[in-house]
Amino acid sequence: MQTSSSGPRVAPRKSSRSRWDWGWLDGLLLLTMAIVIGFLVWRTDAVFKYQWKWSGIWPFIVRFDETSGRWVTNLLFDGLLTTLRLAFWGILLAGVIGTVMGLARTSQRLLFRLIGGGYVMLIRNIPPIVFVFVFVYFIASQIMPVLAIGNRVQTLPAFWQSTLAVLFGPVRMIDNFMLGLMCLSVFSGAYVTEIVRAGIQSVPASQIEAGKSLGFLKLDILRFIVLPQAWRNVLPPMAGQFIQLIKDSSLVSLVSIQELTFSAQDVQVTTQRVFEVFVFVAVVYFILCLSLSRLFAHMERRHARALK
Amino acid sequence: MPAHSSNKDSSMNNINIIELKGVNKWFGEHQVLCDIDLSIKRGERMVICGPSGSGKSTLIRCINRLEEHDSGVIVVDKIELNEDTEHVNAIRREVGMVFQHFNLFPHLSVLENCTLPQIRVRGTPRDEAEDKAMEYLRRVRIPEQASKFPAQLSGGQQQRVAIARSLCMEPKVMLFDEPTSALDPEMIKEVLDVIIDLAQSGMTMICVTHEMGFAKKVADTVVFMDAGRIVEKAPPGELFNNPQSERTKLFLSQILSH
Repeated sequence: MQTSSSGPRVAPRKSSRSRWDWGWLDGLLLLTMAIVIGFLVWRTDAVFKYQWKWSGIWPFIVRFDETSGRWVTNLLFDGLLTTLRLAFWGILLAGVIGTVMGLARTSQRLLFRLIGGGYVMLIRNIPPIVFVFVFVYFIASQIMPVLAIGNRVQTLPAFWQSTLAVLFGPVRMIDNFMLGLMCLSVFSGAYVTEIVRAGIQSVPASQIEAGKSLGFLKLDILRFIVLPQAWRNVLPPMAGQFIQLIKDSSLVSLVSIQELTFSAQDVQVTTQRVFEVFVFVAVVYFILCLSLSRLFAHMERRHARALK
Repeated sequence: MPAHSSNKDSSMNNINIIELKGVNKWFGEHQVLCDIDLSIKRGERMVICGPSGSGKSTLIRCINRLEEHDSGVIVVDKIELNEDTEHVNAIRREVGMVFQHFNLFPHLSVLENCTLPQIRVRGTPRDEAEDKAMEYLRRVRIPEQASKFPAQLSGGQQQRVAIARSLCMEPKVMLFDEPTSALDPEMIKEVLDVIIDLAQSGMTMICVTHEMGFAKKVADTVVFMDAGRIVEKAPPGELFNNPQSERTKLFLSQILSH
């Protein structure tokens, strides 16, 4: 057999994946899409006589306050801030709950495994909306008055009050916010638990043996050997779960947590601009979730490079 | 430190760094170790061979308690191996182990693989740990790979890093569990050379291996195991040239025939 003298042929892998390889299937799909979209536009135009009026919703993002002579934020902007706070603290808290419970699920102790397993079983088999109602009306309504976070915050020095306001929202609504946050974190934590468990179990037993043979303490094996590897292995599903958390944060609007979706409903009732409001809110959620998924994609690439 | 109870036996003395007395172990119904009596002196180099499933790996894995023995006594460096985690940890700090599949930490660089155990287990300051790591990486002839990750190295290189990682802990005994079995033929020599160097420097070691040439070259004692028992134990010259048991003869004829 004659071998080519021009050396090894290196296939340009990247370009072959992103290059357009036109085929009849691509053409057919594009044509179908064009027909469907064309039909929808025609229907909307012909039947669904709707006057788009975007100017109606802008004042609900920021408006000019005549009395104080300043620009102030309004419902939609404040709602977005609450959603951002819910997302940030929710991801942290769900991550902590999920890690602790994930460790419990993989523990050698039967009791820990039962606690972790029971938690996941309970949450995963209840629809999210039902969980929100049960959690808020039955569980949190007993706990929140005892914690009385809002009252405690009001006794703090002004500096701490304003810091907490930046982190968790206006002090008068802090109880309300904490309620939504706990609800969201406990709920998402169950799914994070399962991802953490899968990650821990993806680390081969031989890694733990190597750690033991070197004399590592149990906790150090977990901290330096198992968890870092588990974290890498579960980055993609974890990203998905955290994006899900941002979207699920809209569920707590049902129990009067004034985040983006709640504000949108308010604005929609006031202005009657149903479509503008919800298209705007959809775009905002889209940007939030896309940014987070980009962040995780970046982390994945960084790890992949380190291991290559 | 609570010493072992049997001081009537004169063989349990300071010369022996590892002592096994009547060790038994079962995996379920299957007995993998039967009445193992074995002692290793300081500086002794022991090779354990035998057919697969004969319990050789299990035996050395009992010495640092990667496996728990069900009965019998194991004493390492005057510490008895039992439920007490203090004892287990003390023994693991003094006993290094090299695995068939290297078991390097893939998320850490070669240098970090060598420094992390020193820092976390011995409490060595980082710069000191790095100096020691480089010293041992030079000794296994691989200092230039220090900043790479394990997946970037060949099997032979990974195994040498694993040896360096163990040596950084300055163990009193090294256990080798088929250190060359997972390697391509051309990489076996570079790893064996490192182990031979180590043997010649006076390290106490127990090596499970099928490399008979290596056994002849460095071993003080060769132990032949079959079906969970020690069948024969002798210096390599005797065991290879004049095996006493039929089982040993059969095994040797099979592995030395080609």
